[in-house]
Amino acid sequence: MARTMQGFEVLTGGEATAHAMRQIRPDVVPIYPITPQTPIIQTFSRFVADGKVDTVLLQVESEHSAMSAAVGAALAGARTMTATASQGLALMVEVLYIAAGLRAPVVMAVGNRALSAPINIHGDHSDGMLARDSGAVQVFAENAQEAYDLMVMAPRIAEHPAVLLPVLVGQDGFSVTHSAENVALLRDEEVQDFVGSYEIPYPLLGDRPSSQGLFAMPDAYYEIKVRQIQALEAAEQVFADVARAYALRFGRHLGAVESYRMDGAERAIVLIGSTAGTAKDVVDELRERGERVGLVAVRLFRPFPHQALEDALATVGRVAVLDRAAAPGTLPPLFADIRAGYHGTAELRSYVYGLGGRDTAPEDIAKVYRDLQLPAHAGIRYLGLLGEDQHGES
Amino acid sequence: MIEVRWHGRGGQGAKTASHVLAVAYLKEDKSVQAFPEYGPERSGAPMLAYTRVDDRPIRRHCAVTQPDIVVVLDPSLTREVPVTSGLKAEGKLLLNVVADSEAEEAVRTYPGKVLGVTADQLAKEAGTRFPNVVLLGAYAGWVGAPSLDHLQEALIEVMGHLPAKAKDASVRAMAAGYAAGERGRADV
Repeated sequence: MARTMQGFEVLTGGEATAHAMRQIRPDVVPIYPITPQTPIIQTFSRFVADGKVDTVLLQVESEHSAMSAAVGAALAGARTMTATASQGLALMVEVLYIAAGLRAPVVMAVGNRALSAPINIHGDHSDGMLARDSGAVQVFAENAQEAYDLMVMAPRIAEHPAVLLPVLVGQDGFSVTHSAENVALLRDEEVQDFVGSYEIPYPLLGDRPSSQGLFAMPDAYYEIKVRQIQALEAAEQVFADVARAYALRFGRHLGAVESYRMDGAERAIVLIGSTAGTAKDVVDELRERGERVGLVAVRLFRPFPHQALEDALATVGRVAVLDRAAAPGTLPPLFADIRAGYHGTAELRSYVYGLGGRDTAPEDIAKVYRDLQLPAHAGIRYLGLLGEDQHGES
Repeated sequence: MIEVRWHGRGGQGAKTASHVLAVAYLKEDKSVQAFPEYGPERSGAPMLAYTRVDDRPIRRHCAVTQPDIVVVLDPSLTREVPVTSGLKAEGKLLLNVVADSEAEEAVRTYPGKVLGVTADQLAKEAGTRFPNVVLLGAYAGWVGAPSLDHLQEALIEVMGHLPAKAKDASVRAMAAGYAAGERGRADV
């Protein structure tokens, strides 16, 4: 691949993720293809076939089987990864809850894509939101570089003794998975050293064998569940520690939230994923004209970094929360999370955008900042919706 | 930022061209982005791909709606697809033409610069059937960047899996395109 003096290559988010997997050298990777995730496992499969990594690749007959195999492998002590998207994640969700409940630290790349129907292959966060309450850690990348960096960080979060949970690393379908851009890969040994070796704390075999997947009646289920909830809560600090270690080592800090030009901002947008990059360009343009606007990009979605959001939005006046998913019948997920934990004085407004890959142009983002100068709207606004006034009822 | 839109037919190499151009610009220390527009992909159906180039990091992840440069890989596309849609008036339109008059006919309302290159013919003479490499060369010759060396290095890297004979033909075709592009630049 093309390397310049600065060490950049031109890679898609999917390819960069496959490189991270190659460098991490997972023991087992069960796979089943689905657009727009397929380039991840396709590229990784090529690495395996070419002998560049000696992972056991399990080609199974569905995503349900892929996740089931991943749980089995992880509980047997293997460092386990997989990848999916959309309907594939939907099919995995049943087993993803089991992975979290059994504390199986499976790392999964997700090429975030709309859910059917209508069938659609393009990006939104509906699939991730379906997995929202599974108990898995969930992070979202803005671009190919972040998709790579978060994937390298993921095993240390998943396998941390206080966590032991699945980690989903999301990247927007097509706009990141299939968009080739400048990516700086770490050296293989740097990744291996950062990730370290893994030993399951409760092995199935050996001197102190354990049983896994046992029946838990009303006398035990509740306690197990609360411990699992606490493990996910603990993942917030573990994420912060791993992000700090990554930054110290490699110079790129991926915090739970990223505040962009929030100093003195009167109006702000909060969102998740690749549109953050587009919004940064708009913030720069408006700031040049003297408008006091800023952006908060949310990378860590589960556990939800309430305090980090509280801090990021401490002094702003008006905030538009942009969700690339809906929660029909109630408020959209990111907005609901922020509103639930927010004690500041900012006025929060809800927008939905980009469903099914609808393009979100800089002009759409600029429109939201203009809207924020106007009196509050009731309910949810649908950004970029064709043919109507974009008002909805909530 | 330069935004380039590639018009091709499925299988003609528009996506590859968008990628090779990005890799070549990376060699000149640019920030780049290359992506195709995905739909129901079918061999022979019109498709689009894009390349973005900038001196500063490229952060946006949205569609290219007002390209600076449009490259059309198939001569018949100008009659089927509005290839100049959104193309900046001060931009450039690079066409694969069978005869120069046909290019002028299809896009005569476009006020910017237009260059027609007989890419199919030049490709055939170089021993390949792919016009994309000729047009990549023509792009660089006409626009003035990236250099032919960087473009050919990028091509060899991206086409690494092809047999040496095919790579050699592509490199020759690219050089022929570059010369045609340079002539176009001299004419303006």
